[in-house]
Amino acid sequence: MRLAAMIFGFSIAALPALASEPVTVTLTLKNHQFSPAAFNVPAGANVHIVLVNRDAATEEFDSHDLRIEQVVTPMGKISFDIGPLQPGEYSFMGEFHAATAQGKVTALPAGH
Amino acid sequence: MLAALLIVFREVLEAGLIVGVVLAATEGVARRGRWIAAGVGGGVLGACLVAVFAQQLSDTFAGSGQSVFNAAILGAAVLMLSWHVLWMSRHAREMVRDMRSLGGRLARGEATLFAMATVVAVAVLREGSEVVLFLYGVAASGGTNPGGMLAGAGLGLAAGAAVSFVIYRGLLAIPTGRLFAVTNGLVALLAAGMAGQAAVFLVQAGLVPSLGDQLWDTSRLLPDDHLLGRALHALVGYSDRPMGIQLAAYLTILALLLGLGRFLGAAPRPAGASADLA
Repeated sequence: MRLAAMIFGFSIAALPALASEPVTVTLTLKNHQFSPAAFNVPAGANVHIVLVNRDAATEEFDSHDLRIEQVVTPMGKISFDIGPLQPGEYSFMGEFHAATAQGKVTALPAGH
Repeated sequence: MLAALLIVFREVLEAGLIVGVVLAATEGVARRGRWIAAGVGGGVLGACLVAVFAQQLSDTFAGSGQSVFNAAILGAAVLMLSWHVLWMSRHAREMVRDMRSLGGRLARGEATLFAMATVVAVAVLREGSEVVLFLYGVAASGGTNPGGMLAGAGLGLAAGAAVSFVIYRGLLAIPTGRLFAVTNGLVALLAAGMAGQAAVFLVQAGLVPSLGDQLWDTSRLLPDDHLLGRALHALVGYSDRPMGIQLAAYLTILALLLGLGRFLGAAPRPAGASADLA
């Protein structure tokens, strides 16, 4: 009974976090470069990434910092969630064209 | 060509390691060659299908279809690996005895071949679809020197197959009496690692909370994007910056398999059952 109450209490506590609108960032790949190549997101927020590929080549969005590997087909589009992130910088790249496809996301603490 | 070799090798390394462990875990089982080959073949076929329908797949689940699909097939692989661990916990002793008396050929063990072939198919499908998409992208963009890229990709594939072989032969150096105990432990770790990965994909799909984005950071000590870290990632589920839910899924599966395995291994069996089954 007490456990049920705890779980219930926890669910209520977790609700506002889940219900808050995620921040959406749209990235475009063209000539094997990300645009924007650097962007900021609020730390602690759920961030929804939409990646649009305007190249004729497949790309793999790869980030060890964010632990993401997602393939996007030629002229394709994918989306995925990152975070909630601790404040700091997180680099990402296009694994199949790592020479040019580089970028970073900076998570800023609240109040910035 | 070197770039293509490295990219393809990185992709197939994981599948190569898993196939090597599966080969060792099914050592001596009759007709396992055919089953594993069918698993590889099915995986390659599936990889081509996934590559062809990659965009449609991504468009499902509000754009996060790729993550959901990865989580689903990893979940299927976890189930199959778990079945193998539990079956082996029950039968390892008889298998070791058979192996000694029948000169390495086993009459039993076929029960887990379907499960293990499925695991091989999933591993090949996941990594293979990325290779297919990469090569398709190279062909479609008419990049410089497609012949060299293809040659590089072929070498990368061959290197991946070599990894399978090395792991397999290395594990066979373990004495017969302990081989299945070791491979069973490895398969349990494999299952736990895949459960953790499946959880990460569900977080990326926005379906479950991460319960802590980074529990710790050992990327300076042993980064999981370098060769050793990557191999450990594939084999035992190592992660240099694990999510809370990833660790939870990992420990849950590992505890379940070890606990249930011990229970099944120690459970009394009906008298003469092993003789009847032989």
